[in-house]
Amino acid sequence: MKPDFEQFKDIPGTTIFTIELAQLGFELNQFCMTLRSQANRDEFHADERAYVDKFNMTEEQKQAVLDRDFQKMLDLGGNVYFLSKIFASDGLSYVQAVSTMTDMNVEEYKQMMLDGGRNIEGWRSKKERGEA
Amino acid sequence: MAKITAGVSTSHVPAVGMAVDMGKEADSYWAPMFAGYDFSKQWIKDNMPDVVIIVYNDHASYFGMEIMPTFAMGIAPKYGICDEGYGKRPIPDVMGAPELSTHLAASLITDDFDMTILNVLEVDHGLTVPMSLMFGAPEAWPVKVIPLPVNVVMNPQPSGERCLALGKAIRRAVENFDGDLKVQIWGTGGMSHQIQGARAGLINEPWDRKFMDDLVNDPETLQHKPHLEYMVEAGSEGVELIMWLIMRGALGDKVDEVYRFYHVPASNTAVGHMILTPKDN
Repeated sequence: MKPDFEQFKDIPGTTIFTIELAQLGFELNQFCMTLRSQANRDEFHADERAYVDKFNMTEEQKQAVLDRDFQKMLDLGGNVYFLSKIFASDGLSYVQAVSTMTDMNVEEYKQMMLDGGRNIEGWRSKKERGEA
Repeated sequence: MAKITAGVSTSHVPAVGMAVDMGKEADSYWAPMFAGYDFSKQWIKDNMPDVVIIVYNDHASYFGMEIMPTFAMGIAPKYGICDEGYGKRPIPDVMGAPELSTHLAASLITDDFDMTILNVLEVDHGLTVPMSLMFGAPEAWPVKVIPLPVNVVMNPQPSGERCLALGKAIRRAVENFDGDLKVQIWGTGGMSHQIQGARAGLINEPWDRKFMDDLVNDPETLQHKPHLEYMVEAGSEGVELIMWLIMRGALGDKVDEVYRFYHVPASNTAVGHMILTPKDN
């Protein structure tokens, strides 16, 4: 069966980690995997620029890491479970890091979750939202 | 012969593991969620299996992107605990069941399910948080475990049809094992959640509840649900729920629903939990 990656592009505010993105993001995600050891986390935080320069990432990917621009990292082939190694090394929880990709601050985001989470109404389709 | 005695499904939120490790179960934020597992902790004491097959996904904890198996099975005697970036969880290693797992892996491959074989594996919150929810914080886990990691992170994930069929093949393989073992199968992950992008925090309770109903009563229809629907309706990470279909397939045509629990939120996620038993038991 021919794969259909186009079908995912109408979901608003969402980046589906396809095999194509995985290929583009390989070096970025592999960099993230190195942060599973405390020694590497310490080395990364001692000199982030020097650490990312050890990897064969694009300059754009490296800059997104240094900027902690998680949406940009998703766009460049990062996957959130890999990127979690970066924010974990910063001592941030999933909620703290994930909220930075939304238009809310962390307190507003936490309150939304306590109130039952983001309601799906209005969030099914870019076309419905006039974004496509 | 060995027998599948029950299926347990549960979400596997990493923050739940941290709450257990830090003794925060009674905090006001966590107490209502943990209370939902009180029944299950007692139930499993009364229905203790010898071996649990845990269907879960790794979260870039052991598997990097060099190798991404669609379906894999651990056949080792022991599995260590991953450092997921916060340091290792202070929990015991997980003991394997080499005899049953080698039989299962060989049976499944012979049955056209091309499992990747894992002689070395460290397990992450996808596997250990369900164990903490069911067993608390013991000094040693009371069961042996067969890890069954599924790729649900990278699209294309395996189809729902393939997941249900894999479960059915697991049931046949367990019943063909020459040993008198009580085996449970756990399906983990879900329910609705999205942890990335501007749409993060999505929860869809009506959809989740319908999924649980269909899992009990109509898995033959549920298996055809396309991945796109999971991603749109249950969030980009909600597609983890295909792993519940593997558990359901292993329970036979009809099941009894022993228990159900649903709670929002745990971190970014809707927590769903079910205990099902095969009707013919």
